[in-house]
Amino acid sequence: MVDIEGQSSDGQPLLVAENLGKMYGRIVACRNISFVLYPGEVLAIVGESGSGKSTLLQMLSAQIAPTSGLVSYRMRDGMLRDLNVLGEAERRFLFRTDWGYVHQDATQGLRMAVSAGANVGERLMAVGWNHYGRIRETAETWLQRVEIDVGRIDDTPRTYSGGMRQRLQIARNLVTGPRLLFMDEPTGGLDVSVQARLLDLVRGLVSELGLAAIVVTHDLAVARLLSHRVMVMKGGRVIESGLTDQVLDDPHEAYTQLLVSSILPT
Amino acid sequence: MPTMIELTSAEKTFTMHLQHGVRLPVVSNVNFSVNGGECVVLSGPSGAGKSSILKMIFGNYRCDSGKIEVCSRGTMVDLATADARDILSLRRDTIGYVSQFLRVVPRVAAIDVVTEPAVATGTPRSEARERAGMLLQRLNIPTRLWSLPPATFSGGEQQRVNIARGFVSGHPILLLDEPTASLDRANREVVVDLIGEKKRAGVAVVAIVHDDDVREAIADRIVDVTAFANAA
Repeated sequence: MVDIEGQSSDGQPLLVAENLGKMYGRIVACRNISFVLYPGEVLAIVGESGSGKSTLLQMLSAQIAPTSGLVSYRMRDGMLRDLNVLGEAERRFLFRTDWGYVHQDATQGLRMAVSAGANVGERLMAVGWNHYGRIRETAETWLQRVEIDVGRIDDTPRTYSGGMRQRLQIARNLVTGPRLLFMDEPTGGLDVSVQARLLDLVRGLVSELGLAAIVVTHDLAVARLLSHRVMVMKGGRVIESGLTDQVLDDPHEAYTQLLVSSILPT
Repeated sequence: MPTMIELTSAEKTFTMHLQHGVRLPVVSNVNFSVNGGECVVLSGPSGAGKSSILKMIFGNYRCDSGKIEVCSRGTMVDLATADARDILSLRRDTIGYVSQFLRVVPRVAAIDVVTEPAVATGTPRSEARERAGMLLQRLNIPTRLWSLPPATFSGGEQQRVNIARGFVSGHPILLLDEPTASLDRANREVVVDLIGEKKRAGVAVVAIVHDDDVREAIADRIVDVTAFANAA
């Protein structure tokens, strides 16, 4: 269940995917995927390994180009722009400021050799902040918000636990006030208790900040806790989509029923 | 009082693909309506489809055919065809639902669980919290529990938190799935009073209750669900 506080009911779409497809040689990774994401909305993409969900996330976040179809994003000037034809300055703005990307493997999303404070501060410096005291102060605030002891600000993430690294990644991403957060299996590889804490933190921050988010996960509990809507992928296609509780409580497709029935009772 | 809920030929069948595609008809040709200020109690034996009908009105179960219209800001919206965003906004502003069990979210305090839906409809947080506190008080949840997550509460306490959560906002439609099932007499009476207040405020209530005394106290009309049982 998700709080939809602050979500405007009649906004314009933030991101639009139209007939997205991706081929790797003759292998189809994704085909014919279309959907619309609105501001403040959290979309989960679920499916097993190899279903194409990570490829889809990479196309949506402009890391790989689609073979067919297009992704458009509403820039802060209110204009929907095709991600494939963005200029370098616009791409930089998206990657450094307006988007966040939380990797499953924190070592890909963090700079492991520099301090936690610098990891958070770096995104601010990239958008022109240059006052050391203010950067450090903001970094401290964000460490607190993600429940990291400020006393650890000068330590490198190498010295952090898996859960702390994930929370640091979230702080690093949210510090620039993005409007859209991509998350790729954000709880993968974490202990169950650490997962619950992280999910609860993400859930709170997303609703508090009114962020839109796209979460790739194979864990239906993550989808249920975080998302408003879900898309179920299999063999590169979206086989079922809709309101998260509707799809999980009343799944129509055979594969979705299999996924739902495979959850162990808690 | 205006019609707030209207079901027309609504139908629901489960197709179990993992059991060789066996089809389980739940209900068909469901026709009834509920006016503002009125409480309709669904009756029928276990498995007759009472909860399924409530879930269809909440948009949790999809409706295979027919219409499920609810009144939202003066216009009738069909849940059978509404998209995900419309249903979310109906749930935020129009339809409240008290499920049989509280779905607990880790680490969220009971008082915040109750406050949240009122804040979502635009009530200032301080006022929403005050209202939440009043409800928890009336439902006899001791103040010392308010700041704790309900995961460790007893079944009856969780259910009362769930009721408070469902009653905190001014939704014009309220769906109640066995709200008094695990409550003692004193708390059942509180719930009966709360439902009475909602009716007087013009709220359309659809409820499933098994206690005869509660049903007697709240029902304006009984709708027998066995009439909609699908002859398989």
